Amino acid sequence: MNSIIRSTARCLRAGNTLYRSNQVNGHLSFVSVRLCSSDAIQKNLGEMVKKDKVVVFMKGTPAQPMCGFSNAVVQILRMHGVDEYTSYNVLEDQDIRQGVKTFSNWPTIPQVFFNGEFVGGCDILLQMHQNGDLVDELQKLGIRSALLDAEKESK
Amino acid sequence: MSITTDLIREKLIKEIGAVHVEVEDTSPNRCAASFKVLIVSPQFEGKPLLQRHRMVNNCLAEELKEIHAFEQKTLTPEQWEKQKSQ
Repeated sequence: MNSIIRSTARCLRAGNTLYRSNQVNGHLSFVSVRLCSSDAIQKNLGEMVKKDKVVVFMKGTPAQPMCGFSNAVVQILRMHGVDEYTSYNVLEDQDIRQGVKTFSNWPTIPQVFFNGEFVGGCDILLQMHQNGDLVDELQKLGIRSALLDAEKESK
Repeated sequence: MSITTDLIREKLIKEIGAVHVEVEDTSPNRCAASFKVLIVSPQFEGKPLLQRHRMVNNCLAEELKEIHAFEQKTLTPEQWEKQKSQ
């Protein structure tokens, strides 16, 4: 009984979903059928990742990250002077949250894209930062890392 | 079957020829199943980071469906020796 009430409440909240009920093993299970297909989401993502040189899918926002790994990505980019970039808060959209994992065939958030190409998550970005690769990759994007200037000053 | 550090370790040794594996269950720090792994394997030789991580992801594809947070560090045996000596 409770699950019926809960799923009805969900149905009322989400304006654009239909609910079908299936009889599975004698239990009623409600399956939501999204009106916007996952294909459409994949297509959208294809455009979203190209919107900017640097695109980050994260939990929270650069001003207010909601997860340690997402925060690490924001901080690393900031260290290189990369403060202006496009970011998507997956906590605000479950379709995007799931869709981007399918899109890049990568199981976790955050996800970083350079020029529309998937770079990796927090671990990879951190290792690239530590081994100097990040400076080179940013240079390929036409972004001069702030760390290069910091080095120059100290010499 | 619940995901254990042993299960993860065995899979990595078997499927990507890992010569050294450290698996830390970081779930107590977070609200759901989370793991941190260090994998040393000669099969990582010559492969860029993303490709290495994808190898690990493929190996643990089933487990990752249940795991909420996953950290990984992938090194070749040579890189591992270097890191140890630092």
